Amino acid sequence: MKRIKAYLLFLISAALIALLFLFDRPTGTRAAVTTLTSLKEMLLILPPVFILLGLLDVWVPRETMVRFMGEGSGLKGGLLAFLLGSAAAGPLYVVFPIAAAFMRKGATFANILILIGAWSTTKIPMILFELSSMGLRFGLTRLALNIPVILIITLVMSRAFSKEEVSALYARVEQLD
Amino acid sequence: MQTIIFYTVALSLLLLSLIKDREKTRLSLIKAWKSFENILPSMLGMITSIALILTLLSPTVISSIIGSSSGWWGTLAAALVGSITLIPAFVAFPMAAMLLESGAGYMQLSAFVSTLTMVGVITMPLETKFFGKKFTALRNALAFALSFLVAFVISKVVH
Repeated sequence: MKRIKAYLLFLISAALIALLFLFDRPTGTRAAVTTLTSLKEMLLILPPVFILLGLLDVWVPRETMVRFMGEGSGLKGGLLAFLLGSAAAGPLYVVFPIAAAFMRKGATFANILILIGAWSTTKIPMILFELSSMGLRFGLTRLALNIPVILIITLVMSRAFSKEEVSALYARVEQLD
Repeated sequence: MQTIIFYTVALSLLLLSLIKDREKTRLSLIKAWKSFENILPSMLGMITSIALILTLLSPTVISSIIGSSSGWWGTLAAALVGSITLIPAFVAFPMAAMLLESGAGYMQLSAFVSTLTMVGVITMPLETKFFGKKFTALRNALAFALSFLVAFVISKVVH
């Protein structure tokens, strides 16, 4: 039953696409093709990500992560989180399991927020696409604005979560697998 | 290209790990599979529902809502569309360029692109699963609000 519930959104959307296909064949075909294209993209990106996460889990000792991105890693830790997020590939949802793995290994809450922020806005391949399709002025202005945006989100959220809430969040992530 | 680099790095490290310690490698692969299996249902759901939404919201429909004279209402509409959908960059930016050509404004497109990359309504269940309701709601709300600030500056800088 729990299994079916997990797949509910998938089953409903798939059924709607099937209905669309029956009543409006061209539109239904377009929806199906889009689904398959994104599915292919997802299945291409995910295996190396999860292999790396598994290896990280087994090989990198907690102390190493704490040293680089934990308490006391300071500005360097933040910069590292920013660079890791910017060098990444893949849509936003891929960063969630990665951020969770980093939390389990002891990266600070602020560095996790920077990682997610950089992943969502300053990813290098994304910037290249933006510059080439929207023009230099648009792309560079947005890039210059996105860095303070990441910092504001990080600051506000760090303030909004009390020490207890942050510990609860880390405990929650610990339990995920 | 990036995918090839990713695979090369992952597979070389996996091989290295296998040479150093078979048991640990086995354990790491089991963990990798478990976390993959854990998020597979949400991912499948996201992908099919996004495809459905994208098909119904064609570029002509979108650009008719977010034309360059549509002002703040158009910007709001663009931000909402961007929040709901989740499109990879190599589809999103050519699409944004296409919208620009068919009459969408820079301010509106900026809001669209910003929320597209930062806000994810469809990914919210997955984000909540990892980080809880408060984190997810606050992060997405902040990103949504700040997208308007970015759009405003863009409207002043780019014409």
